[in-house]
Amino acid sequence: MALSAFRRSLPRSLSRGFAAAAKPQTFAIYRYDPDTQAKPFLQDYTIDLKECGPMILDALIKIKDEVDATLTFRRSCREGICGSCAMNINGKNGLACLLYIEESSKPIEIQPLPHTYVVKDLVPDLTNFYNQYKSIEPWLKRKDTKAKDDKEYFQSREDRAKLDGMYECILCACCMTSCPSYWWNPEYYLGPAVLMQAYRWIADSRDQFTEERLAWVNDTMKLYRCHGIMNCTNCCPKGLDPAKAIVHLKEQVADTYKDGWKSMMTGEIVKNKGRESGMMYM
Amino acid sequence: MLSRLRTAGPRLASLRAPRASARSVTSTTIGGYEVFDHSYDAVVIGAGGAGLRAAAGLVGHGLKTACISKVFPTRSHTVAAQGGINGALANMTEDQWQWHAYDTVKGADWLGDQDAIQHMCRLAPEVILELESFGLPFSRTPEGKIYQRAFGGQSLKFGKGGQAYRCAAAADRTGHAILHTLYGMALKFDCLFFVEYFAMDLIMSDDGKCLGCVAMCMEDGSIHRFGAHSTIVATGGFGRAYQSCTSAHTCTGDGSAMASRAGLPMQDLEFVQFHPTGIFPAGCLLTEGCRGEGGILRNSEGEPFMARYAPTAKDLASRDVVSRAMTLEIREGRGVGPNKDHIYLHLDHLPPETLAERLPGISETAKIFAGVDVTKEPAPVLPTVHYNMGGIPTNWKTQVVKDAESTVVPGLLAAGEAGCASVHGANRLGANSLLDLVVFGRQAADTTAELVKPNSPPVVLPKNAGEASIARMDKIRHAKGAIPTADLRRELQVNMQKYAPVYRNADDLKKGKDVIMEVMKKYKDVGITDRTMVWNTDLIETLELENLINQAAQEMFAAEARQESRGAHAHENFPDRDDENWMKHTLSWLDKPYVEDAKVILKYRSVIDQPLDKEMHHVPPAKRVY
Repeated sequence: MALSAFRRSLPRSLSRGFAAAAKPQTFAIYRYDPDTQAKPFLQDYTIDLKECGPMILDALIKIKDEVDATLTFRRSCREGICGSCAMNINGKNGLACLLYIEESSKPIEIQPLPHTYVVKDLVPDLTNFYNQYKSIEPWLKRKDTKAKDDKEYFQSREDRAKLDGMYECILCACCMTSCPSYWWNPEYYLGPAVLMQAYRWIADSRDQFTEERLAWVNDTMKLYRCHGIMNCTNCCPKGLDPAKAIVHLKEQVADTYKDGWKSMMTGEIVKNKGRESGMMYM
Repeated sequence: MLSRLRTAGPRLASLRAPRASARSVTSTTIGGYEVFDHSYDAVVIGAGGAGLRAAAGLVGHGLKTACISKVFPTRSHTVAAQGGINGALANMTEDQWQWHAYDTVKGADWLGDQDAIQHMCRLAPEVILELESFGLPFSRTPEGKIYQRAFGGQSLKFGKGGQAYRCAAAADRTGHAILHTLYGMALKFDCLFFVEYFAMDLIMSDDGKCLGCVAMCMEDGSIHRFGAHSTIVATGGFGRAYQSCTSAHTCTGDGSAMASRAGLPMQDLEFVQFHPTGIFPAGCLLTEGCRGEGGILRNSEGEPFMARYAPTAKDLASRDVVSRAMTLEIREGRGVGPNKDHIYLHLDHLPPETLAERLPGISETAKIFAGVDVTKEPAPVLPTVHYNMGGIPTNWKTQVVKDAESTVVPGLLAAGEAGCASVHGANRLGANSLLDLVVFGRQAADTTAELVKPNSPPVVLPKNAGEASIARMDKIRHAKGAIPTADLRRELQVNMQKYAPVYRNADDLKKGKDVIMEVMKKYKDVGITDRTMVWNTDLIETLELENLINQAAQEMFAAEARQESRGAHAHENFPDRDDENWMKHTLSWLDKPYVEDAKVILKYRSVIDQPLDKEMHHVPPAKRVY
């Protein structure tokens, strides 16, 4: 990481004047116009890095503000917590706001997340991902009801520690769209982020639907399309490890499997009839 | 199974929602645009903490609800909150909600409404436990209870019992945990979301009742009118009016400006919170929890200077006190760095295990944005715009009021940062905002349930409802003026930073008013490049810019008029608090809907100083010392 590029003693100038020794950098950015539906192409933009913030997102915003206002991309927090600016930079998925611009004589290539339907320029359609996330029922499920004066569900520090590395997921979809299995079977394979969240609720000591959740993911397509390719862990911008969570998930499924799971699953599906989504036949 | 329907033209995103036909969407044409009409019992604008809690609550009450958001819900800026959520759970020490309420009244510098404050602090333990019951992964004490950390301005025994530990936290990612938990809650309740729909304006009847709102679907540019018996505005603040802020790019005051265009007043916009520890120069937030876990601010002489400014609370004094202290240290030449223009936040004396367990998120943020390893070196920080205490004025039940007599606007509620109940008065205590969101998001749902019956007959919208909004959007979509949006936005931001910073003075505020009036007039000369209807962020950013100018103008005028210092409004010509003349809320209006034609009007409204009931004593004004 070019941290040295950040340590500049001069304050970042806001003017668009040319500095004496400019540092031009070309970006080749994917453009797609839904109005014409013409074939997408890479458009070159060159900006002066001396007049730009250090992150890829800073470059995109500068290009939009000063060069081409039609360039379209998602962004919000600019600090790597919202997950909006997930895209493919020089072939690797990541958050534009957390990636430093690395000066290069070759253009820096910026494309939308791979194998997604592109709405416009760098904006992918993530509806399928969001629906799959809903299908694993990401909320605490209990079989008992709290008495009136009951306080919190107690959870030991050791049990709470089991959630570290999973609850921090920002649903940016970098891992999902880096996975070749997810490219080939997005309708059926749940993908790394969703599987890791499924495991997050299975590992949560306060949740009482552990067996139902395990039975739900125990499916040749939903879970077992994972072949340990590891692109997910490799590109997670938050440093999380979905591949490891999936390994634990497969282990726990194998350790606890019972023949009664199939009918338990049918029961859950029936309960969800008439809902917008949730555990339902997919 | 989820095969996509490919059509030649733009897709109708609303019809991809399942069972849309069951929701009887009808269509018409207005101003050359196809407009789809929906009717709901309740519509929530905004899907951050307050919006999601309101939406889930409404569905829980059996009301037909739509939640509109210009971003996917978990991208809302609530996700970036770090420190925690206050509540008198008494997990660390003995505690009472009345002590929390006292701290909040004092933190607000006696501009908070004590009935709303009582309501919030009394409900705090319950809403925190409710969040936990939906699975929020709070950090834990050795006994397995929810961990609570020390936070700014929190004390025991009405200020006499030392530091309180009442900020319930999930490491330093509490906002992330809360938003994702609330999103899970909304999914459980099967809430209907209209994601990436940009709400443009409220629909009001001739007799001043709110009938819903009009929004544009970003995916295909279709216009949608949502008729609702109750509209809840939960669109957050307008931090992006400033050059340097911890806020997201999306924090543009949309819902507040919509209310303003509908002729409704804003309240207390002059009170803008500067968070003491935004990373310099990036502006990213380092939570107050850093100081809660023992972090210390030091100047160029290595002195822990907060001991001089706030002898008791020191680094955990109220945020406005700390921000002013830092600003004075820099002014007096004791800033750090080559230009002596910022301060150091030291965490290097804390055990690395504490940093790893309690502050992992900011450790990462400091490394990426300041190149600093907080276990070894101090982080460079500067007071940075962070929060708007002001907003759409409401009563404690979140009903919007439109004048000094607190006349309720039927059909309109506001919650969260967009609202002004007012629980934060002139200054917000840390970890009270996440609480505000959940308590008043829930209250908005409860108030609506009192007023609206499930499956009420559809709202009848006037035939030309939304016509003006559509015409306005069309005009801006074809704008050919000389000023690019980015340039005018920068002009606004630079000038707000220059004329209304931490310390304000009469000359700067007066100049600021003139400058802002210029910016307002210049909006008519804005020009955009992108003419499409699909995902036109050039257009959206220009509409957001109008919202920013709308709010910033009212802020500047309100600030210039307030001749005292109170909470976050520090006026160098009037350095003391003046309860006799100024213990009142500012109400501000634009006299015309559109900023290029408008002037700002100011009036005032009394602070509600009596609590709701006998469970809390009225907190009389006192000198505010930490």
